[in-house]
Amino acid sequence: MTTEFAVRASGVGKTFPTKAGDVVALTEVELTVSAGEFVSLIGPSGCGKSTLLRLIADLDSATTGELEIFGKPAAKARIDQDYGIAFQQAGLLPWRTVGGNIALPLELHGMAKPARAKRVADLAELVGLTDFIDRYPDQLSGGMQQRVAIARSLAEQPRLLLMDEPFGALDEMTREYLQGELTRIAKETGAAVVFVTHSIPEAVFLSDRVVVMSPRPGRITEIVTTDLGEVRDETLRESPEYFTRVTAVREALHGAPVERANER
Amino acid sequence: MTLRAGKVRAVSWGVLGVVALLGSWELYKFLGPAAGFVVGATEGETGSGVMLLPRTNDRAMPHIWDMIARLGESTSGGTTPPLIVPVITAGLTTLGIAAVGWIIGIVVGSILGAVMQRWRLAEAGLLPWIVVSQTIPLIAFAPIVNTIGMQASRGSAFDWPQALSVAIIASYLSFFPIAIGVLRGLESPDRMHLDLMRTYAAGYWQTLFRLRIPAAIPHLLPALRLAAASAVVGAVVAEVSIGMQGGIGRMLIQLAGQGSSDPAAPWGPTLGSVALGLVAAGTVALIGLTLKNYRRGEQTA
Repeated sequence: MTTEFAVRASGVGKTFPTKAGDVVALTEVELTVSAGEFVSLIGPSGCGKSTLLRLIADLDSATTGELEIFGKPAAKARIDQDYGIAFQQAGLLPWRTVGGNIALPLELHGMAKPARAKRVADLAELVGLTDFIDRYPDQLSGGMQQRVAIARSLAEQPRLLLMDEPFGALDEMTREYLQGELTRIAKETGAAVVFVTHSIPEAVFLSDRVVVMSPRPGRITEIVTTDLGEVRDETLRESPEYFTRVTAVREALHGAPVERANER
Repeated sequence: MTLRAGKVRAVSWGVLGVVALLGSWELYKFLGPAAGFVVGATEGETGSGVMLLPRTNDRAMPHIWDMIARLGESTSGGTTPPLIVPVITAGLTTLGIAAVGWIIGIVVGSILGAVMQRWRLAEAGLLPWIVVSQTIPLIAFAPIVNTIGMQASRGSAFDWPQALSVAIIASYLSFFPIAIGVLRGLESPDRMHLDLMRTYAAGYWQTLFRLRIPAAIPHLLPALRLAAASAVVGAVVAEVSIGMQGGIGRMLIQLAGQGSSDPAAPWGPTLGSVALGLVAAGTVALIGLTLKNYRRGEQTA
């Protein structure tokens, strides 16, 4: 494979038919995500950021335009397990242990047991849960559950990671900790990440590029390049460059017709 | 409150309930009028008027200790074994038949439930009929099943046993909660888990075995318990209805017929059928214990 793009969308749109007529959730999306790049999608509710992620994941299909994942149609990329995915809820199976949950995709794809055990151990170590491998999800905190979900999404060694507000339900402390962990993991695995969030600081801290979207119809209004370098740590959160970027994204967001989430 | 204390408490309430029931029986027997209380009776005409309070004499309401003592006395005089022996034998016969009916009900109910979950059209077409099926009076339906069975096997080497009719009728009651429980259970995984399975490119069967069936277990256990109780009721009623010998249903009818001369006797098989229901429900509870990990969601909501 010689494609350099993890995701390439051109003219992508999505229309949902409803009783009251068609609702345009997404229109004219032009976006490329390079291999290994960290891209955040940010915008108010209804801007289509989650829809775009679902299109990339082939959980919904685009109404118009072309969408390629590593040069393949989205459906093919899904079947080839080219991406891993994590949602806002960890979505662990409560009857499986931490290890069992991480192993689920491997089991489904018929990986032999010894190889599976090894891979699960590696992944548990990557997310720092080695001691919890035999615990059940209800014995873990929300942050730990989300780390299991991240480990599970990495199980098939995907080159693309899709994340839909994975830290949205966590408290601020856990959130910042996991953000740091995620940048480390993304670098270690070399995977490209498409990260949906509604937090400006989170988007800036994590991303190489922040894609600002706006609703009605959902579309991309601006793309902010952060240029904050490789190292993303706690000192970055207090640096002037960081604040400049946060401001840039905030202005990009508000430059678009302002629409508060709770007014929808 | 610890889990253990909770259990002790649940058991105490259960015991208290039984004691209260027995107590009110004896209390009414003690306080109520022996000949009952009848309004508007015509002098010298038996059975006239409206009975407002039932009789409390020993023929109508034997003492609880008499019922229990009767279990130890010979079944029908002479050298016949104590009543408890035929009650147990008949009880085991009925339990066996009910168990077969329960298993048939599980197989049929699971298939129906799974088919209805898989195809919406099947749900629309089948579900109303499944609900209607439970409104048919069993007592009328049982002889028909028996006749069909006998006619179908007539002249063939296979001799249709009455017990098979009884088992089928038991399954007729027990398949219903299973079908509904399986349908609801298989539908219970949330959207996100189904999306997740889709991202893993898992097919229908993989999703069924890795996600839908494990997720269905909390719905299945109550269904299994209901089905077990229904199977026992169905078996007892069917035995009575088609006149099968050897089971506890037949024994109940026989001893009830002698009730006026031996009022405590019919309570033997009655207690026996209560015990059957408890054994059936207890078996399901044991199954539930082995599936504890699949019920984690229930404990920590």
